Amino acid sequence: MSDTATHATDHAAEAGHHSSTGLSNNKLAMWLFLGSECLLFGGLISTYMLYRGRVSDGPHPSQIYDIPFTSVSSFVLLMSSLTMVLAVTSAQRKDDARTTLWLTVTALLGATFIGGQVYEFTTFYREGLGFTTSLFSSSFYSLTGFHGVHVSVGVIMLLATIGIIKKNKVTGDKAEVVELVGLYWHFVDIVWIVIFTLIYLIPS
Amino acid sequence: MSTATEAHNDAHEHGMSDAGYIKIALILAAITALEVSTYYVDFGPLFMPSLIIMMVIKFVMVVSYFMHLKFESRIFSFLFYTGLGLALFVYFVALATFKFFIA
Repeated sequence: MSDTATHATDHAAEAGHHSSTGLSNNKLAMWLFLGSECLLFGGLISTYMLYRGRVSDGPHPSQIYDIPFTSVSSFVLLMSSLTMVLAVTSAQRKDDARTTLWLTVTALLGATFIGGQVYEFTTFYREGLGFTTSLFSSSFYSLTGFHGVHVSVGVIMLLATIGIIKKNKVTGDKAEVVELVGLYWHFVDIVWIVIFTLIYLIPS
Repeated sequence: MSTATEAHNDAHEHGMSDAGYIKIALILAAITALEVSTYYVDFGPLFMPSLIIMMVIKFVMVVSYFMHLKFESRIFSFLFYTGLGLALFVYFVALATFKFFIA
């Protein structure tokens, strides 16, 4: 085991996470969950990649994608990862005020991203791209819609975390609770990093 | 002494300082800007490889630094990258199936 890994194991044991691995079971479960989520999005991205050329009579991807708009959305989500990690470090320093501040900013950036996606979907629908228009449209809406749902769940998790921190009702290690929410949030960001490149920037 | 201990705890807990995370975010923003530039500038045969490389760099940077995987136990890395590897395997199997068995 490397020094950093041993270090992490020791730290978990010091922090009172008594488990057979010496690691936090909560964190272990979250990483296992994220590993399984890779499979979910892997399946959705694979489906899109296989069907993106099947446009039937509907609009072609290059006709409807608004790259400048989606680039701004991507930037917003990317910066929300920075604010999230700043919330985690604040929580580890036991600075509740800064933790709630950064969590609020992250939630706002996430809500902005969702707003952008709702606008994008509405625009595409008006341009003739319904869910059942073609295999391309079905796979596109399924993939980006699932991602949007994940971001929405993330925003709810962030708001719930802000609420329980303010009411001082966090059970267990507060920093770990924020870190677990952070892991989920960063995951939706890395999924978007892949979607932005493979779906929007690389033409079919 | 207490400052040294705090500094040690800081690095111990976070892996990086806030300034370090901001630097990572700036690098990610710069790579994103470069990605978007491929939409406006003709990269020729480098178009696809450069986009894939930039995507992988961004992915690994977020996972390693923002998700702290670089500073965590290898068990977490194993769990995550196994899922990712399986997802890639499913993609290539689906691709092969469509190419060779479905007209």
